[in-house]
Amino acid sequence: MREPRRGAEFTVLALLLIATVCAIGFIFVYAFFSPAAMPNALLGISIGLCLICIASALAIIGKRLVPSDELEDDYPTEHPDKQAEVVEQIHAAGSMITRKRLLLGAGTAAGCALGAAALTPVLSLGPFWDTAPLDRTPWKRGVRLVDESGDPIAAGDVLKQTFYTAFPEGADPEEIGAPIVVLHLNAADLRMPDDRSGWTPRGIVAYSKICTHAGCAVALFRKPTFATVEPQEALICPCHYSTFDPFTGGTVTFGPAGRPLPQLPLQIDSAGHLRAAGNFSARVGPGWWNVREQPT
Amino acid sequence: MSRARLTILAATALLALAASLVLSGVAFISPAAAQPPAGIVRPDSEPNKPTLELGSELFAANCSTCHGIAGRGITHARPGAGDLYGLGPPLRHVGARAADFYLRTGLMPLDNPHHEPSNDRVLFSGNEIRSLDRYVASLGGGPGIPDPHPRRGNISAGTQLFTEDCAGCHQEDARGGYVTGARVPPLQGYTDAEIAEAVRIGPYLMPKFSSRQISNAQLNSIIRYVQSQNHPYNRGGWGIGNIGPIPEGLVTWLIAAPLLLITCLIVGRRLKR
Repeated sequence: MREPRRGAEFTVLALLLIATVCAIGFIFVYAFFSPAAMPNALLGISIGLCLICIASALAIIGKRLVPSDELEDDYPTEHPDKQAEVVEQIHAAGSMITRKRLLLGAGTAAGCALGAAALTPVLSLGPFWDTAPLDRTPWKRGVRLVDESGDPIAAGDVLKQTFYTAFPEGADPEEIGAPIVVLHLNAADLRMPDDRSGWTPRGIVAYSKICTHAGCAVALFRKPTFATVEPQEALICPCHYSTFDPFTGGTVTFGPAGRPLPQLPLQIDSAGHLRAAGNFSARVGPGWWNVREQPT
Repeated sequence: MSRARLTILAATALLALAASLVLSGVAFISPAAAQPPAGIVRPDSEPNKPTLELGSELFAANCSTCHGIAGRGITHARPGAGDLYGLGPPLRHVGARAADFYLRTGLMPLDNPHHEPSNDRVLFSGNEIRSLDRYVASLGGGPGIPDPHPRRGNISAGTQLFTEDCAGCHQEDARGGYVTGARVPPLQGYTDAEIAEAVRIGPYLMPKFSSRQISNAQLNSIIRYVQSQNHPYNRGGWGIGNIGPIPEGLVTWLIAAPLLLITCLIVGRRLKR
């Protein structure tokens, strides 16, 4: 007869319990934190711990609770009598497991909790979730544009044939909605959508610097020296060469990006400095936010 | 050695050889061989010193097809000398700076105005370039040739500025790349003045940076960084042209891995059952 191994059994039970708690913890963290401030470290730790515990429990079961005696002879043929003999032998040897139902229950609980945790991100599709924080950016009407060193940008200093990176005054420049690229184009050449009239004072335009394809910084600007024979102005993302037309509201002219660069409406204040005249025309960042909308 | 094992050995060795050949090609792309100047029309007697007169004669003979009489520019294509259709921007007020840059780097003259200028060869002599600089400057003022002092620059500040303003197109190691519609040249082998000129002019599709965006002091730092990339610091091993992690990975997979396999085949013995 085999000796039951209560210590190993207890360890397995404890591990499965921790795994269940971790998976439930993941669901709670995911469901109850605001989507804009998702605690990634907590999510990672909880789901990681859950997986480690389940793996350890399975390893212990395999090493300590499942009989692994080797048969002395070769494996018996398919002869029914021989088969029955083997089964009898196994039963006679007894089991190392004393609480089979409890173990099965704990295993099921851990498995279900893990499955539920894996499905939790479906919550993000709504409607239970408030997705409004994802629309929030540091830009709103009246926010001044500042350069890398925090100095306000005067409209008169924005030259043609070059590009500027700007940030919202007083906001965290690391935030995904913060960086914009500012260009001075020929006002007469602009062909903006009708609902964006007045967004481009003196031909100065601003777009989010975050590519709508994979979230790289749109760090390339090309401008023709002799426009008659050379490609026209474009904002280009260096990662996969998504190319955006700054004259037509940031529409995609080449590359994998699926939607235009979000445009920021601008105004010039009485001191001649550039200010935002509202939030972006669309959500900032990579992804396919407007999958249900008509392509532009 | 069995026949099968010999076949494997030979195949692995061939693969390694092919890979090293491909990679050495990637790593040591040699610049196009210098070709003799051609297609330039020169006045009969050329003075030894740069003169306005020589500049105007060279301009009329070699540049005015596209840039027009007295650099007025040609905005609608029209036939010019030598079956060429002329088309080009006006050169008044661009100054000696732009003329010096385009001629000294070989971007001009261009054989077809629809082609992207490329700096494969310089067609004018130093004396001719100085004469043309003087002539273009005489067309209507404009900035002169800059005189940067990269030794006064700070290489650390230059690295940061280059990362922010230049690396998007030219890559962090100044080895060049692409934008949609054009090549971005590598920055090795340019003089300090040429780099300063390019930053201020914005040749072809490159944006131009005014002294408000990049001060002359910052420009010194940028030039110092760019020049340091002529001989970038390697942490040992095979530099393979500093072209990045993908070729380095290829070296590992296509050369090191087959070599290891061969070693295993030679050293190892098949387990007897």
